[in-house]
Amino acid sequence: MFDIDLWREIFQSINKNRTRSILSGFTVAFAILLFVILFGIANGLKNTFAEGFVDDASNSIFVRTGFTTKAHKGLQAGRRIQLKNEDQDFILDEYGNKVQYITSRIYKSVSASYKNEQNNYQLRAVNPDHQFLEKTQVVSGRYVNQSDIINKTKVVVIGRLVDEDLFLKTTPIGKYINLNGIQYKVVGVFEDDGGDNEERMIYMPLTTAQQIYGNNDYVDQINLTYNPDLDFDEALDFSRSLTDKLKDRFSVAPMDQRAIRVRNLANESQQVGIIEVAISIFVIIIGLGTLIAGIVGISNIMIFIVKERTKEIGVRKALGASPKSIVSIIMFEAIIITTIAGYVGLILGVVILKLAKPILEENFLKNPSVDSSLVLTATFVLILAGAIAGYLPAKKASKIKPIVALRDD
Amino acid sequence: MLKISKLHKSYPIGDSSLHVLKGIDLSVDSGEMVAIMGSSGSGKSTLLNIIGMLDELDKGEYVLDNVPIVDLNEKKAAIYRNKFLGFIFQSFNLINYKNAIENVALPLYYQGFKRKERLEKALFHLSKVGLSDWAKHLPNELSGGQKQRVAIARALAADPKLLLADEPTGALDTKTSHEIMEFLQQLNDEGKTILIVTHEEDIADMCKRIVRLKDGVIMEDKFVTQVRASQYV
Ligand SMILES: Nc1ncnc2c1ncn2[C@@H]1O[C@H](COP(=O)(O)OP(=O)(O)OP(=O)(O)O)[C@@H](O)[C@H]1O
Ligand SMILES: [Mg+2]
Repeated sequence: MFDIDLWREIFQSINKNRTRSILSGFTVAFAILLFVILFGIANGLKNTFAEGFVDDASNSIFVRTGFTTKAHKGLQAGRRIQLKNEDQDFILDEYGNKVQYITSRIYKSVSASYKNEQNNYQLRAVNPDHQFLEKTQVVSGRYVNQSDIINKTKVVVIGRLVDEDLFLKTTPIGKYINLNGIQYKVVGVFEDDGGDNEERMIYMPLTTAQQIYGNNDYVDQINLTYNPDLDFDEALDFSRSLTDKLKDRFSVAPMDQRAIRVRNLANESQQVGIIEVAISIFVIIIGLGTLIAGIVGISNIMIFIVKERTKEIGVRKALGASPKSIVSIIMFEAIIITTIAGYVGLILGVVILKLAKPILEENFLKNPSVDSSLVLTATFVLILAGAIAGYLPAKKASKIKPIVALRDD
Repeated sequence: MLKISKLHKSYPIGDSSLHVLKGIDLSVDSGEMVAIMGSSGSGKSTLLNIIGMLDELDKGEYVLDNVPIVDLNEKKAAIYRNKFLGFIFQSFNLINYKNAIENVALPLYYQGFKRKERLEKALFHLSKVGLSDWAKHLPNELSGGQKQRVAIARALAADPKLLLADEPTGALDTKTSHEIMEFLQQLNDEGKTILIVTHEEDIADMCKRIVRLKDGVIMEDKFVTQVRASQYV
């Protein structure tokens, strides 16, 4: 394998048949090029699908309420179901071991100002667990904590873009921001992968908002994540059971789809998973197809080369070349042509993807690219492909009889 | 050196077969220089190819250097060819993309010599045929006589016990033919056993023994007084 003389022999003969070698490599280069571009685009598609979820933990369950649509237990349809703090406690009591994080949420729109800068933002009043549910990254200061909840402190955590809008020349931490006429101390700034809207958000302790906006214990929504140890079926069972329990608790008809709505992301991420697998299979089929075309191309041209070199191979045999040495020359030649051509295609593909990235991203393909592990796989696949391409020609070559090859005609 | 008895060989042609060699008995001692003659189609090349293990016999026995040559598979044949035999062809059969010295070094590659050693030995043999200045030239830059000398150097490189030449002068003019024969005579003087297939009487006369084939049998086998090629050149 690492016989330098063998390599010398091979490169001499590739060099001698340069045009033909390049020609035969072309199909493989093209196959790999096509594959890389497809692969990159598919990756972009997958990233686009996945992006819808990076905002929230994938094991999230959202509980929302609305108006009843069916009469039940003597209660009329059209009744409004209102979640309260005690409902969060109820869920924890019932399913403590299945819940990883849990928070309630209240939504408000606020007009915020600092000094002369003023703008409108969404406000979310939350419990400390919300940080993990929303994958909020605190970049300075801190998040809402338990002592804020207990003391109903007037503090807020603001998004990066709120900071950019309002605090032009100064750091916001410790400053007081005015929300609808009430001063709150900014204790933290956060970033979020969920896009600009998520970063134009203000977080406040749940209890503070409850006291200020209505002096009650109402909440708009309860978000939780289930224990990641649960498998897909267990997760679905959990949310189903949760739905039933809540419907019972609020005396909602079991068939009522509007009054209590429990959304489980496991469902949706599974669908995305299926789409991703489908895309992968598609790419693999196309990739394999083009690769096989490349292999057949190389194999054909190598057979032609062997035919043309019949006499030379006969001479080598007359000089004492073993069948094995003839086979290895042809095999390695095929492998080298395939591998080099493959890498050319790979590099071209990566470059084209890089150049086309801005255009593709405009068309909703997030970060269309190939990772470095592909290079390793490609090397392996190419060597294998070369070996397959070289097999037939090598066998043909080893069968050449010197007597036939050397006959003068 | 070699002993052949009751050798038969036929080639299938369509449904029938062509009986080319019909019971050849021939033994050649070390140091002999034998010309094999006969009309076209008489089976000279066939005999030489069997001796050279490029072809297999149908019937009979063949012993080369005390080794009975039986059950030849490709691998075994390759080893014997490499160890015992040197070939010289009418059409030289040099590898056209290798220069003179690389061509000469090729059998040494198959003997497993290291590159440096190969090139040293190859250069030595090239200089023996007077072509050390042409070492880096490709075959198509050489004259016919030079090509045949490179081919001889190549045949000698592996230090074979037996040199087989199928019409080595067939593609050369008289003068160049005599130069080549002078060279082969020198090699024979040094002790190499040489078998030469030829059509030309003057070439045969430069050997020490002439074997004439006709219709697949040996018609005549006689020792002759060698004509030295040097007197013509
Ligand atoms: N592989 C083969 N298949 C069929 N017939 C063959 C084969 N090789 C040789 N022959 C036939 O065998 C006969 C002897 O051939 P061979 O080449 O030995 O003759 P030769 O004496 O060397 O002739 P020449 O002087 O023309 O070279 C010829 O009739 C030839 O056509
Ligand atoms: Mg002949």
